Amino acid sequence: MKKTAIKTAKRRVASAVFIKDLRIEARSRVVTNQVLPFAGLIMVMFAFALDNDDVLQRVAGGLIWLATIFSLFIIVQRSFAIDTSDSALDSLRVAGIDLSAVFLGKAIALSLQLIALDVVLIAAAFLLYQVQVSVIGLVLLVTCVVCATTGLGFVGTLYGGLTAGTNGRETLLPLLLLPVVAPVLIAATRATEAAFGSGGAAISEGWAWVGLLAIFAAVFGVGGSLAFGPLIDE
Amino acid sequence: MMSQSAPKFSSTGTQATRIVGVLTIVVMTWVVISGLVFTPADVVQGESVRIMYVHVPSAWIAYLAFIVTAIASAFYIFAKRHSLGFDRVAGASAEVGVMFMVITLVTGSLWGRLTWGEFWQWDPRLTTTAFLLVTYIGYLAVRRLDGSIEQRARRSAVIALLAVLEIPLVHFSVVFWRSLHQRATILDPNGDVKMDGLMLFTLFSGVVGFTLVFVWLILHRQRTMLLSDLANQSGLDAAILARQNESVSN
Repeated sequence: MKKTAIKTAKRRVASAVFIKDLRIEARSRVVTNQVLPFAGLIMVMFAFALDNDDVLQRVAGGLIWLATIFSLFIIVQRSFAIDTSDSALDSLRVAGIDLSAVFLGKAIALSLQLIALDVVLIAAAFLLYQVQVSVIGLVLLVTCVVCATTGLGFVGTLYGGLTAGTNGRETLLPLLLLPVVAPVLIAATRATEAAFGSGGAAISEGWAWVGLLAIFAAVFGVGGSLAFGPLIDE
Repeated sequence: MMSQSAPKFSSTGTQATRIVGVLTIVVMTWVVISGLVFTPADVVQGESVRIMYVHVPSAWIAYLAFIVTAIASAFYIFAKRHSLGFDRVAGASAEVGVMFMVITLVTGSLWGRLTWGEFWQWDPRLTTTAFLLVTYIGYLAVRRLDGSIEQRARRSAVIALLAVLEIPLVHFSVVFWRSLHQRATILDPNGDVKMDGLMLFTLFSGVVGFTLVFVWLILHRQRTMLLSDLANQSGLDAAILARQNESVSN
């Protein structure tokens, strides 16, 4: 009975934090007005730099995920800047709230924002890079986006919490996050290439990479839930 | 607040570190002379095989150092009494590990240029090693974040344990990605040694010598960290005392 009550309280906290983060985004529209144009610009700049339709089609998967990861840094830093500027995180701690629930709420909100971003980036790849996808490829692509953004949401929230409120967080966050998200970049790129059929990749090749993305999300979901509290509980 | 009493030593050296230091000099002198003069050139790799006497031991030490960091961090987090001694050993070991990892990558690149014709190849072991280096550079950056000594210890211990989760994932994904690295040449799958006797002895002497260097550096570095922490703390205590005296005199 007590366990059920704790679980319910945890779910309510996670849900409240999730709604709070999305409401802040809905009111401020930073992701839509700033991060999306930034990610779109990255896609255009890559097209300028590579300047070859065949090459762009071949590397489209990698460019989508690089743009996603660069955008991740901005979204994470903004999310925690809001929480630390008016000591919202401290208030949550003082209230005795389970910090793993805060972690889950923030991570899921971040993943949802990344999914929205990826939908636009993939649409941009169709328009700018002329990639194509079949119906089965689309299933692979959607699964890949969900798994990859979930993993990115977990690690982004975890390391964002670590660097929140510290001097030099703008430079420290990429230094800490980039090595950690390397498996996501590799796996998501290969799965996306398989979905697009880039370089003759078969769709079936993509599912093993999606499996790796799911393992990554599971590992950092559990690890993050355990580590987030000790990291910010100071 | 720090709980340590003032250190009993005036320098970071002790009888034990001096013995380790002398042993290190003796073994390393032997490794240098044997590696450069006594051992023969390899039939296939020629003179470039001598890089192995530095490359293999430094790689071993780098991995050992990161394992020590993870174990010391786990002790700090999970032990009932969160001893800052474990934190300092973890930090000292990571610093030494980063140094040896850089030596591993530099010597590996030089060997690769002579053997493969290129300084760098996107081989799983190389790539994982490079990621490992960046991860621990990040760990060292976290140790330098502002905050109390206890905050530093807790943050860095968590990061070190997360790195343990991260390394297999990075390695697995990169192995999936591609493979090229020279396979193990000292032992074949049956455990038979495939190396000239003196070369093998020099290589193992190198491993012993580098391990002694590692131990010596860790002993000194964790003591300099203790002194640094105490100096910071005594500076704070002195400032508080000065303020208190001001208020009393007023």
